[in-house]
Amino acid sequence: MSGYAIQTRDLKRIYKIRGGKKAEPKELLALQDVNLEVRSGELFGLLGPNGAGKTTLIKILTTLLAPSSGWARVAGFDVIKEANKVRPRINMVSGGESSGYGLLTVRENLWMFAQFYGLSNAEANRRIKELLEVVGLADRLNTKSSDLSTGLRQKMNIVRGFLTDPDVLFLDEPTLGLDVGASREVRKFIRHWVDESVEARQNNNGEARTLLLTTHYMVEADELCDRVAIINQGRVLACDTPATLKRRLQGEAIYRMEVSPLNGFPVSHFEALQGVNKVVHRPQDGFAALELILAQDDALGAVINAMTTASIHILNLQKREPTLEDVFVDLVGRSMEEVEKEE
Amino acid sequence: MERVKKDSGLLLFLRTVIARAYPRVIGQQREKSWVFFEIFLPMLSVSAYVFVYRAINAPEEYVGFVVMGGAMTAFWMNVLWSMSSQLYWEKETGNLSLYIMAPNSLMAILLGMALGGLFASTLRAIVIVGLGSWMFQVQYAVASFSQLFAVFFLTMVALYGLGMLSASLFLLLSREAWHLSNLAQEPIYLASGFYFPVKNLNFWVAVGASLIPLTMGLDAMRQLVFPSGATLGFLSVRVEIGILCILSVIFLAGARQLLGTMERLAIREGRLTESRR
Repeated sequence: MSGYAIQTRDLKRIYKIRGGKKAEPKELLALQDVNLEVRSGELFGLLGPNGAGKTTLIKILTTLLAPSSGWARVAGFDVIKEANKVRPRINMVSGGESSGYGLLTVRENLWMFAQFYGLSNAEANRRIKELLEVVGLADRLNTKSSDLSTGLRQKMNIVRGFLTDPDVLFLDEPTLGLDVGASREVRKFIRHWVDESVEARQNNNGEARTLLLTTHYMVEADELCDRVAIINQGRVLACDTPATLKRRLQGEAIYRMEVSPLNGFPVSHFEALQGVNKVVHRPQDGFAALELILAQDDALGAVINAMTTASIHILNLQKREPTLEDVFVDLVGRSMEEVEKEE
Repeated sequence: MERVKKDSGLLLFLRTVIARAYPRVIGQQREKSWVFFEIFLPMLSVSAYVFVYRAINAPEEYVGFVVMGGAMTAFWMNVLWSMSSQLYWEKETGNLSLYIMAPNSLMAILLGMALGGLFASTLRAIVIVGLGSWMFQVQYAVASFSQLFAVFFLTMVALYGLGMLSASLFLLLSREAWHLSNLAQEPIYLASGFYFPVKNLNFWVAVGASLIPLTMGLDAMRQLVFPSGATLGFLSVRVEIGILCILSVIFLAGARQLLGTMERLAIREGRLTESRR
């Protein structure tokens, strides 16, 4: 590999969506001018709301979809012209997928997929046992996969991805449907899997593995990824380490407020106040949560005054450090939740 | 850190075939409902035809013809419901994209599906022949075991070749697959002469029905296992073997070609590997 596990240049994908029989097909721009370089040994995150283009990008990188223009290389090979060289080196797991066969046991399903990649029976069985231990599914080795809960099934899918020891692994929303504890275990294993290979490369003992993770959980991206690309409406808006991305907001003051329900009072009223950059409103059960991004602390007084005038009671006020969610709001002008609702 | 060793080339192809055949073979043991749906129900049809033939004093060979036809329905049902529409269901469950993304050939996947289905259907066919022969006292007189084996083998190659070809075709037609399977089931029972000699049909109808390999295969096997089979045969066994050879080549080559087209289309259009667009 040339040091880059993944490279894309001016990548664009347009879907043609068919309407009725007589209707002209509509065009949907899923990706536009995507330029990414992911280094070998990196744990790279793609962060964006549903419909942002993350899955389309993964499909292109895993040889399942051709770009409309531009090019992409994975493990040093072109994903379209050299798909047969890319495929033995990659694997992919999607959140909520229902792959495999319900009448087969966990072991049999995993064995079957291992065979598709050419693993010997002994090697496949050894790795299945080892990886099931890691994700805490060892006691379900001989359970039919149709008898597994959604979370346990997702753990099995995750094992399927790691089983073939790919050079580049794509995880599309891998912790979707997992409970908090299981998500934590999976994240820990993902980090370990990449770090182990980087350490081995430093000792001249093999190539480093690379992992591309798509998620719309900000905490997941922040906690796990070496670098993150924020993507919305098919465009990469920013790409850097989580710390650097958050540093963009260092000059700003971020507050979380819990107030009495706004009862239709427009949030734009607060945004019109001097020094208020953005207000995100999340109605909760019995109160409203507001995230305030202010140019400086001084602007808070004006917000409190406006609330008092509108008879909105402040229940809780907290200053906090910027998160990737704030970076997204800063870049897009809306929260990820708001973007998803509009979509 | 030791990396995992992986086979490629022919070994990978064989591993894929065996692995994809496995769910079908093992499914036979785990889902016992096939005993009712694929043995008991076909036996009811077989019995009905036998009683009709005996009531009208038809030649006794007709009873054997019906038992053999009933057994062969297992293969047609398998090709129609488990082969032709299989890629469509694989797409719906998300397996198809994993198959395309894996380093193996899609032909190996289809071949595995075919061999697994063939194994399961052969067991069903054997049970129907055994049970039917015992119940209705069918007498056999095999003229040539080698020819019988050749006819059965070629029929299966051509039939499952047709199944592999239609798997891609049904996928391209997407949701219509279900209707196509329904549409093809009963008319083929009639046109292929499952329960009577195909010779009784109009010549050109029989020629048209010969595109389905079971028509020729069933006719040739009947000629080889029943004493008066040759007189009720449509074409000579040698000609039918020749036709089966041609059909095998056409269907397997067609399956390979169409599978390539399907994969290219899937990658270009982005529709075939996901159900949401």
